[in-house]
Amino acid sequence: MNKNEIGILVVDDELIVRESLSKWFREDGFRVDAAENAAAALKKLQGGSWNLMLVDIKMPGMDGIELLQRVKEIDKNIVVIIITAFASVDTAVKALKDGAYDYITKPIDPDYLDHLVEKAIRQQQLTAENLRLKETVTELSTPSEIIGDSAEIAKVLELVDTVAVTDTTVLIRGESGTGKELVARAIHTRSARKYFPLVTVNCGAMTETLLESELFGHERGAFTGAQYRRKGKVELADGGTLFLDEIGNIDTKTQMDLLRVLETKQFTRVGGTEVLRSDFRVICATNRDLEKAVKEGFFREDLYYRLNVFTIPLPPLRARRGDIARLAHFFVEKYSAAMNKQVRGFSPEAMHAIKAYDWPGNVRELENAVERAMVVTTGEVIEKEHLPLHTTASTRGNGKRLEDMERQYIESVLRETGWNVSRSAAILDIDRVTLYHKIEKYGLKRES
Amino acid sequence: MRPIHVVPLGDADRTRVENLCGPLARVFRAHVEIREVSCDVEFFFDHVRVQYNSTKIIDFLQRDIARKKTVSGDGLPLKVLAVSSEDLFIPILTYVFGEAQLGGEIAVVSYHRLQNERYGLRPDPALAQSRLLKESIHELGHTFGLIHCSSQECVMHTSTYAEDIDLKHDAFCPACQEVLQSGLHSSGA
Repeated sequence: MNKNEIGILVVDDELIVRESLSKWFREDGFRVDAAENAAAALKKLQGGSWNLMLVDIKMPGMDGIELLQRVKEIDKNIVVIIITAFASVDTAVKALKDGAYDYITKPIDPDYLDHLVEKAIRQQQLTAENLRLKETVTELSTPSEIIGDSAEIAKVLELVDTVAVTDTTVLIRGESGTGKELVARAIHTRSARKYFPLVTVNCGAMTETLLESELFGHERGAFTGAQYRRKGKVELADGGTLFLDEIGNIDTKTQMDLLRVLETKQFTRVGGTEVLRSDFRVICATNRDLEKAVKEGFFREDLYYRLNVFTIPLPPLRARRGDIARLAHFFVEKYSAAMNKQVRGFSPEAMHAIKAYDWPGNVRELENAVERAMVVTTGEVIEKEHLPLHTTASTRGNGKRLEDMERQYIESVLRETGWNVSRSAAILDIDRVTLYHKIEKYGLKRES
Repeated sequence: MRPIHVVPLGDADRTRVENLCGPLARVFRAHVEIREVSCDVEFFFDHVRVQYNSTKIIDFLQRDIARKKTVSGDGLPLKVLAVSSEDLFIPILTYVFGEAQLGGEIAVVSYHRLQNERYGLRPDPALAQSRLLKESIHELGHTFGLIHCSSQECVMHTSTYAEDIDLKHDAFCPACQEVLQSGLHSSGA
């Protein structure tokens, strides 16, 4: 980075100090400006980008420590060096605790000042570079987080690969916990936009006003509490992907604003007049029946068509039972590493319970169940009683699909008879061929 | 072509100042002459810091030029370099070897901290003169709009210790030379 791209803001109430320091850094080739008090500094902070601030601790009105706290609220990456007239341990400790990079006492040794500023800027640049590299490496090296080798998941991955290379809007549909965000991430990391951010907005978790501000940002004073200008997620997603989760839950006004920004890629911050542009790809997800919402007038038809360009349906976990065991083992490995435990897997009874369970909360519920079991288990194997599903599984029935109940009943009869098909068929009052068909249909297997 | 004026301040050693003129003329390809200015250097003295305020020296010389401009445009210098024997400071820093107006007309330099004896070493007048010349070129370079250079050998490389000055040459690197040429051209030199 050229020095003239690095901005230094000098904040001191003494004109001579502002002039001296500004001149000193200008001779070094930095972009320099000065402010006579904290309020002026905050104003300049809004109007431009600054890498480093030299802040006098003692100023009329807001002092240097308070300014430091405000600056860190606005942008924690700005390096702040506090200038004090006298070295005071208390003040220095307070400044450092509040996020100051260092403090210097007046008058400053020129050699020390040069080295301090150089070191601070180098560290800031290395930190930024490190973050960028980490993100890139994570994105590039993370294997697909979508686990499973069932035909249903293979179909999903095929759709992901097909759409990732395009810039098409994607609508991911599926029950809660089926991994919609993972699919969005997979599309993003396989797209040309992978080096830019994937910005997620959980539309269902916010009120109308909050969502508007979250999406489009706001100007200072746009509403009570908007002390500073803030960039919205649409602006932050520039170059990358905007993932709108729970899109079916947004209010009518935001639907209209969203439609406009999707069509024009232009928007205005809340309370602002400046028209801004952002180049982003949209992926959205919902577990709602959008067609029904459109019919009932809760969801704009034009927005529905704008979003429903390429749909990826995610199957519920019960529809891909063949993946349950693999997923369960994947989570055991994941939490073994995270919890530093030596757990190898499941007892046959535990695995049987896992496979038999309906998983209404899908993969998320399975992951939570395994995580909980990992916490409570003390041995190398997760037992059935460690899993938080025995009561739910046995008492569930109401609301369960007929097919699921049939599968569970057939499985229990087969278990009782030791997989004697003839005896089981007799108990079930069906012929043997029908039972074989049912076994195949439900993917039932005798446990070894 | 307007000359560069070199102004000895207070009891600055006249021989050292005279010895600067030839090399400065070669580097800046300009006529360099010594000009005496009557001023009481004690006006720039700070009793608390027991040092001389270089910013005040520059202000004084700036006013001196402005006064001359109003009286007559004749004999106005291209640049002015004041040379002092005293310890200089700018208020926020503990000391400076010199100070200049970036892209302006005035520069000031001191040889107080450039002498070996200040650091308990054997006096070396030739080394002190070489350091003074480099810092004079450096500060005058700022008046032509040059900023600090990352090349360690370029005279515009920043030096905060006397020994740092010894590492650089008394000449500009090609990139700084180019900026200087353009500065000289726009100054009408």
